[in-house]
Amino acid sequence: MSSNDSNFNQNEIKPVHTNKVGGSPFKGVVGWIDNRLPIIRMFKYEYLDFQVPKNLSYLWSLGGILMICLIFLIVTGLVLGMHYKPSSSEAFVSVEKIMRDVNYGWLLRYAHMNFASFFFIAVYIHIFRGLYYGSYKEPRQLMWLIGITIFFLMMATAFLGYTLPWGQMSYWGATVITNLFSAVPLVGKAIVTWLWGDYSVGDSTLNRFYVLHWLLAFGILGIVIFHVIALHIVGSNNPSGVEPIDTRDTVSFAPFTTSKDLFAMLIFLLAFVLITMYAPNYLGHPDNYIPADPLITPAHIVPEWYFLPFYAILRSIPDKLLGVIAMVSSIAVLGLLPWLDLSKVRSAVFRPIWKQFVFLFVLDFFILMYVGGMPAEGIYVLISRVGTIYWFLFFLVIAPLVSLTEKTLPMPNSIHEYENWKKQGKIKTLKIF
Amino acid sequence: MSYLSKFLLFFFFFTFNIPNSYSAEKQEKLLKQSWSFDGFFGKFDRASLQRGYQVYTEVCASCHSMNLLSYRNLSEVGGPSFSEEEVKVIASKVEVLDGPNDNGEMFKRPGKPSDKFVSPFANEKAARAANGGAYPPDMSVLVKARAGGADYIYSVLMGYENKPPKGVKLEDGVYYNKYMSGNKIKMPKPLSQDSVKYSDGTAATEEQLSKDVVTFLTWASEPHLEARKRIGFKTVVYLLILTVLVYLVKKKIWLRIEPKV
Amino acid sequence: MSENNSNPDTKNRRNFLTVATTAVGAVGVGAVVWPVISQMNPDSSVKALASIEVDLSKIKEGQEITVLWRGKPVFVKRRTKEEITSAEKVDLKELKDPQPDNKRVKKSEWLVLVGVCTHLGCVPISGKGDYGGWFCPCHGSHYDSSGRIRKGPAPTNLEVPTYEFVGDNKIKLG
Repeated sequence: MSSNDSNFNQNEIKPVHTNKVGGSPFKGVVGWIDNRLPIIRMFKYEYLDFQVPKNLSYLWSLGGILMICLIFLIVTGLVLGMHYKPSSSEAFVSVEKIMRDVNYGWLLRYAHMNFASFFFIAVYIHIFRGLYYGSYKEPRQLMWLIGITIFFLMMATAFLGYTLPWGQMSYWGATVITNLFSAVPLVGKAIVTWLWGDYSVGDSTLNRFYVLHWLLAFGILGIVIFHVIALHIVGSNNPSGVEPIDTRDTVSFAPFTTSKDLFAMLIFLLAFVLITMYAPNYLGHPDNYIPADPLITPAHIVPEWYFLPFYAILRSIPDKLLGVIAMVSSIAVLGLLPWLDLSKVRSAVFRPIWKQFVFLFVLDFFILMYVGGMPAEGIYVLISRVGTIYWFLFFLVIAPLVSLTEKTLPMPNSIHEYENWKKQGKIKTLKIF
Repeated sequence: MSYLSKFLLFFFFFTFNIPNSYSAEKQEKLLKQSWSFDGFFGKFDRASLQRGYQVYTEVCASCHSMNLLSYRNLSEVGGPSFSEEEVKVIASKVEVLDGPNDNGEMFKRPGKPSDKFVSPFANEKAARAANGGAYPPDMSVLVKARAGGADYIYSVLMGYENKPPKGVKLEDGVYYNKYMSGNKIKMPKPLSQDSVKYSDGTAATEEQLSKDVVTFLTWASEPHLEARKRIGFKTVVYLLILTVLVYLVKKKIWLRIEPKV
Repeated sequence: MSENNSNPDTKNRRNFLTVATTAVGAVGVGAVVWPVISQMNPDSSVKALASIEVDLSKIKEGQEITVLWRGKPVFVKRRTKEEITSAEKVDLKELKDPQPDNKRVKKSEWLVLVGVCTHLGCVPISGKGDYGGWFCPCHGSHYDSSGRIRKGPAPTNLEVPTYEFVGDNKIKLG
């Protein structure tokens, strides 16, 4: 391919290669197939021989764990969809039928429900890892943006999925969240009615939410593939933040990374099984076992736990439109981070000041999560306001300011030097980091 | 740096505790019972389930429906373990509206095990009309639909007080209950000593009646609880074994590159 | 990443470990897959409806009713004397799927059949065909007054469902 392909002249005579069969490193039947459809060699290059920094901690296993979660969610969702009926008169009963009559239906539904929660646990740790080790910096900005898109879609999918059992929380959650759109000036009301297909959340709403839940689930899968392709172009970041130079810095994906990730996945699954099998409704809300009733709003409407920080941000602002804008921007602002944090040093290990602010940000996240689950009154309002202010301050002010003024620690030249420093005790980290 | 691990621990601890903190209202501490179905190996007490079913049919069923359950459930694995014959007899005692027949008319016939529990009222409006405007909730998933679960239902059953505390005024047809949210309930005290006569000779004290019916209701809202715990335990044991094996394999594999550093 | 493990003991142990782990893992995958497959089988509410009772008292001689059982039509026919004798007289050697009439009925007056052609699942029409029984319009299979295949592509006789008499005028299907 020449660089001026766009000036291709069809009248110029030169040889063409439309038949690209060949080039497989394999022999026999596998080679025959691979010569014609090169996915086997692609798999070999990208998943067996792929070079990965050797100092990756268990925080880097979250990517694989998320993949497993997504696959399990899609599989359990697919089979639940074989029994679920998306109509306002049948939805609740059909879910209970799954729980009672369908073979292993209770298991599939509880698994689907809790995988959604564990998907968010994993994604929050995953995002934290990116934040702490500067994985959003050059050249990984696009990957970070794709990741945030996935996070947005996850939230939308989770919200749509939560309406499907058609319990009280489903109904009122759907009502409250769709009403956010009524904050849009002039056309707000029209948008909401359009979303509902009715004058309130109703049968038509449920039916379309079911379809959209499916659509977005596969949308996530598609964008995850972009995320992974981008990863294989830029390569993994690592705790040192230094790019690998030679094979002293890397290991091949299989069997090193795979065995490590598998171990992490099993630990994660163990936690998942304990919750799913012994406290399956712990992360949910009892009110969702009351069938939807358009006449009675539950005393405390709370979203699922993974929305609580953003819900707190929404409620912290007394103005309807501004509240919605704040909530959406609190996530969108993550996408600006690659251009707000100007430090050349990636890893917070070498950034003593930034590190403290990242920890404070994590603490802020939990505080907002806590107040998001509390009634919006008294001291909780004040706390949520302080939390919201810090959230935006962190991205918009602290990130650029610290990155310009901070004196970073001396950096190793390579990953194996970093590892040696760690062994010598020059860098103190916990084993899982 | 050791902050980090604390943060992670905190993360799990914190998020998992949030659902408990929703109800900020001051509430009476629930009467915690030790239920046979609690814990890793929890199982329902069969005799208690059968007695609880008796309490349900003789007391609760006059107002509360359980329309997600069928009579056949009573003989299914993990439930009250009535025999199939007993269930046929139980079902045949109720009248079920069926039809239309060949003449296009609805008709009544004796129940079959495959029939759903017959509701005391034709619909919600009828139920409200008969109960002073209050709707006796369907009890199929009641235990899961209330924060506090089995302990909460038990506490409400035991929490009636003849005289409300000073300063609390009750309208007609409203009763004082220590554990009900808002402390006001439209259901009169349903269970008292010997409101049901047990055929197995168990003394029908108020505690016993409440305990039995709550056990029954817990099974009703979670009929596969026993299977869940059984499969759960097997899965945990299995995962522990596999995790240890994978850990050993992983260690072996990573030993290959250790000398290079 | 060259394998510089010359010690055969270590190597064997690793191989054993890997094999054991893979085997244990495979069992787990199987256990996870099973619920996903099993959920497509009829659920317990469907299974519970699997038996129905049919009242025979209103069926006159020569008449036939069709009832729905497990989503399929079931023919219940009160056969005439002639139909019974013709069904009993048939030489078994003539039949594609030899079965004497008395093996296909509990009381010779009552013939109970699953009304689904054994060829490709259409519903045969009563009183048509060359043998005084049923005729399948889809691909032309002829059944006699005992529901046995006599002509056409169907490989076997019309299926007799499991049923029993509960009282003189009532049968229970399933």
